[in-house]
Amino acid sequence: MINKSLKQLGAMLQAKEISSVELTQEYLNRIDRLNPEINAFITLDKDKTLAQAKNADAMLAAGKASAMTGLPIAQKDIFVAKGWRTTCGSKMLETFIGPYDADIIERFDSVGAVNLGKTNMDEFAMGSSNETSYFGKVQNPWDRSRVPGGSSGGSAAAVAARLCAAATGTDTGGSIRQPASLCGLSGLKPTYGLASRFGMIAFASSLDQSGPMAKSCEDMALMMNVITGFDKRDSTSLNREKEDYTRDLNKPLAGLKVGLPKEYFAEGLGADVATVVQEAIAEYKKLGAEIVDISLPNTMLSIPVYYVLAPAEASSNLSRFDGVRYGHRAKEYGDLMDMYCKSRAEGFGAEVKRRILIGTYVLSAGYYDAYYLKAQQIRRLIAQDFENAFKKCDIIMGPTAPSTAFKAGEKADDPVSMYLQDIYTIAVNLAGLPGMSIPAGFAQSADGKKLPVGLQIIGNYFDEARMLNAGHAYQQVTDWHIQMPEGIE
Amino acid sequence: MSLNSADIKRIAHLARIEVSDAEADATLTKLTGILGLIEQMQAVDTTGIVPMSHSQDVTQRLRDDVVTETNQRELFQSIAPAVEDGLYLVPKVIE
Amino acid sequence: MEWEVVIGLETHTQLQTKTKIFSGASTEFGSEPNTQACVVSLALPGVLPVLNREAVKCAIKFGLAVNAEIAARSVFARKNYFYPDLPKGYQISQYELPVVGKGSMKIQVGTGDKAYEKVINITRAHLEEDAGKSVHGAQEGMSGIDLNRAGTPLLEIVTEPDMRSAAEAVAYAKKLHDLVQWIGICDGNMQEGSFRCDVNVSVRPKGSDKLGTRREIKNLNSFKFMQQAIEYETQWQIETLEDGGTIQQATVLFNPDSGETRAMRSKEEANDYRYFPDPDLLPLAISENDINTVKTEMPELPEAMKARFEAQYGLAHYDANALTSSRATADYFVATVDTDCDAKLAANWVMGSVSAKLNADDKEISESPISPSALASLIKRIQDGTISNNAAKQVFEAMWAGEGDADSIIESKGLKQVSDTGAIEAIVDEVLAANAAMVEEFKAGKEKAFNALVGQAMKASKGKANPAQVNEILKKKLGA
Repeated sequence: MINKSLKQLGAMLQAKEISSVELTQEYLNRIDRLNPEINAFITLDKDKTLAQAKNADAMLAAGKASAMTGLPIAQKDIFVAKGWRTTCGSKMLETFIGPYDADIIERFDSVGAVNLGKTNMDEFAMGSSNETSYFGKVQNPWDRSRVPGGSSGGSAAAVAARLCAAATGTDTGGSIRQPASLCGLSGLKPTYGLASRFGMIAFASSLDQSGPMAKSCEDMALMMNVITGFDKRDSTSLNREKEDYTRDLNKPLAGLKVGLPKEYFAEGLGADVATVVQEAIAEYKKLGAEIVDISLPNTMLSIPVYYVLAPAEASSNLSRFDGVRYGHRAKEYGDLMDMYCKSRAEGFGAEVKRRILIGTYVLSAGYYDAYYLKAQQIRRLIAQDFENAFKKCDIIMGPTAPSTAFKAGEKADDPVSMYLQDIYTIAVNLAGLPGMSIPAGFAQSADGKKLPVGLQIIGNYFDEARMLNAGHAYQQVTDWHIQMPEGIE
Repeated sequence: MSLNSADIKRIAHLARIEVSDAEADATLTKLTGILGLIEQMQAVDTTGIVPMSHSQDVTQRLRDDVVTETNQRELFQSIAPAVEDGLYLVPKVIE
Repeated sequence: MEWEVVIGLETHTQLQTKTKIFSGASTEFGSEPNTQACVVSLALPGVLPVLNREAVKCAIKFGLAVNAEIAARSVFARKNYFYPDLPKGYQISQYELPVVGKGSMKIQVGTGDKAYEKVINITRAHLEEDAGKSVHGAQEGMSGIDLNRAGTPLLEIVTEPDMRSAAEAVAYAKKLHDLVQWIGICDGNMQEGSFRCDVNVSVRPKGSDKLGTRREIKNLNSFKFMQQAIEYETQWQIETLEDGGTIQQATVLFNPDSGETRAMRSKEEANDYRYFPDPDLLPLAISENDINTVKTEMPELPEAMKARFEAQYGLAHYDANALTSSRATADYFVATVDTDCDAKLAANWVMGSVSAKLNADDKEISESPISPSALASLIKRIQDGTISNNAAKQVFEAMWAGEGDADSIIESKGLKQVSDTGAIEAIVDEVLAANAAMVEEFKAGKEKAFNALVGQAMKASKGKANPAQVNEILKKKLGA
């Protein structure tokens, strides 16, 4: 049962073959058993979770259920949830109990989904390995010595280890897609502005976007129907008509023009990853897709641009953590200045501090034009690359990450090599486009472990339904997405 | 553009993060690497390019001037490090 | 050496909205601490700003009132600094692209012969959020933070360094204070901090066109203090320079008790605000249409009203000026003349007796016990000759004291003037008969005797005779 999709579980709930309480308890039991090692969850609250499940059962009994009612979903600990501890992976918020609900939490609540718990993440979503979390590393269920990716590493590991039916994530530079790739699941970052940022603890406001992490594209379509939608509390939320993301799932792919950016297959891409991705593309040809060569010439610039914009915005976004109204305050301090400096030095981890310092530096007097403004200008060039590419193709495919999951600790001391993990994903955030990663097969590690490889699918603005269609068609003819790691029974 | 430890200290002070001398030195190495990466941007000619801050050409939506918030002081202050008589307490603010 | 002082003002006006600039929390003054601090005011993690339409409307109104450019597209930026009353660690303000651009305002400085007019140029006006307040003495060595005010909308109005004396600065500040209330965007309450001025002061040798180093006097919330602070600061700077010292750029506070200014300790370190466009907010677009809509809601502005009073009612420039000194005075005057009473008489009454009484009772014109229509009915009785000017003063006093309307007071006090020709002729005859000597004097060419005879006739009528009629009849009888 643990490998069943949201859709299948939903059908069982509707048919009263199982209750939400039973299903939820099953996952809670698995979490009890496996989480102490995998460490995918930071916070659990069984009473709250089971109360929600009971509520869902009542909705089901009353015939008021919708597609997501009663399904246990894990929530990334970046979303503020009322009454739930919300840490964002930081000591700064170790004791912070959410006093209100994020938009995404409200949306899942309103359809009767069950909040299974808050998942681990890189501190303030800054990282690509989940090693910066104050609450400890997360294991990759496919090889426990390896990282699950980040920053939504806890959500990815939870789905991969079947500790939940699906999870939410956020993606600022690849934080949904890269861990999805490394853990062998499907993850989607929507077009910027489709999902509300209200209640999502901000990292880089102009790039942050939440999205689903699930076993299949079909499940992601169901979740997208919940997650997206206009929110008047977020000024950057787009006021568009609600879409049904399941509508095009079964469209044939014949004639679909798939663009392959040459820069995504150049130096830096691991050979094992390249092989798997090429095989996946061959499968798309069989499905009737037409392959076109395209170029995204400014791809390499996306990393420097990102490492100006994201830290700049973050340095400002994280100023509110000052130990005055909530969050960590140093035990001992002298004057006000000392309280600030000590509380923040103690509350933030090394990577977060590094990014705050970079952001502070690039915004400081005399540097704004050379860094922030310049980065915003190149950002437009990067977006224009995609605009040109989409004149030649319908969707873009390539690798999600340059390598499979790496060993814990391998890159922890080398920020620059860690940042290169996001080389194929960052440009999508900068352009505000939707991007998705789906399991495309496995590479073998030296010690014979199966390591998942993700295929990235990038769509034009608001083309999520088409991307899900492409992913779903592939998942009808492959079984990568339903394979499970060993040792999670 | 090369940083030194004093720069790190100055930036850290602006960001209100205490750093020891040893931390400043360690941070310097890493930040220098990252700034080297960032420096690649300078090779690009961006003359006349309009900076991009949102992917869609949208403008600010406005909110009606209607009170929607109620007093939740008790809840909000239950997570505060130090309060007294409804005020958040901090070391004396000097003007 | 002769010195010249150069002054520019930055004024923070709290806008009269019901809610905060970026959230739906109330802006009401004087509530219990932190009871109006919502999730956004507290900068809880994950919350976002949404701009208040009314605040934008206020900015447009101000732009229209000072003939300024209103930006079709303006941008909100973050001003980053740490302070406990600034919950986000940044203030949302406008930096490179403010909502209101260059404009100007005409001010009147001084009184009497020395009075002159001057145009003060407005550099810009931008929308931003107010900070909270620090309360001292809650606990030894601690400050208490109240965030009720955090997020209250402000329009910061910045002038060019156009003023050359404390008097000019105060005249500008007063004029601006009148204007923002006139157009209804600010309640002008200076005690509550709704209108606060930062004054930039520098001095230079007279004739120099180079600006000296300025010091900024922060947060002046009374015109009296502003005058004192600028005078002290100017003198201090001149003395410092004359003693061979130099002026360091600084932010200073004025101490009303000592009458001195002193540099703020907390602002000693150089500020580096790291401005950048707020990614949580989108560019603010204002269309011609938006501006036109606001235009239709704009009251007639003081300058236009002044010109109209002069043209339509034939009022003197000085009178028109005085009557448009505040919206309330102007409204009172307009409501009075709207009842078709004589405008010049109305102007005299409003600026004379009404104003004197209000001053004596320390009342605002909106609190006047005599309503505009009541005043008009009194004026009409003067116009139609029912009462004399002297009697009118008595009626006014009684009306002020709440004794009733003009007609009933005239009646009860028997102040109606006698305009019956026959009755007046009888009185005049009596007076002529009783004062033969005076008549002789008049006939002998002593003009003064005529006035004395008028006085006698008025006295005989107990002041009720219509003086014009007395004059006329007397002249006729004396064959003058």
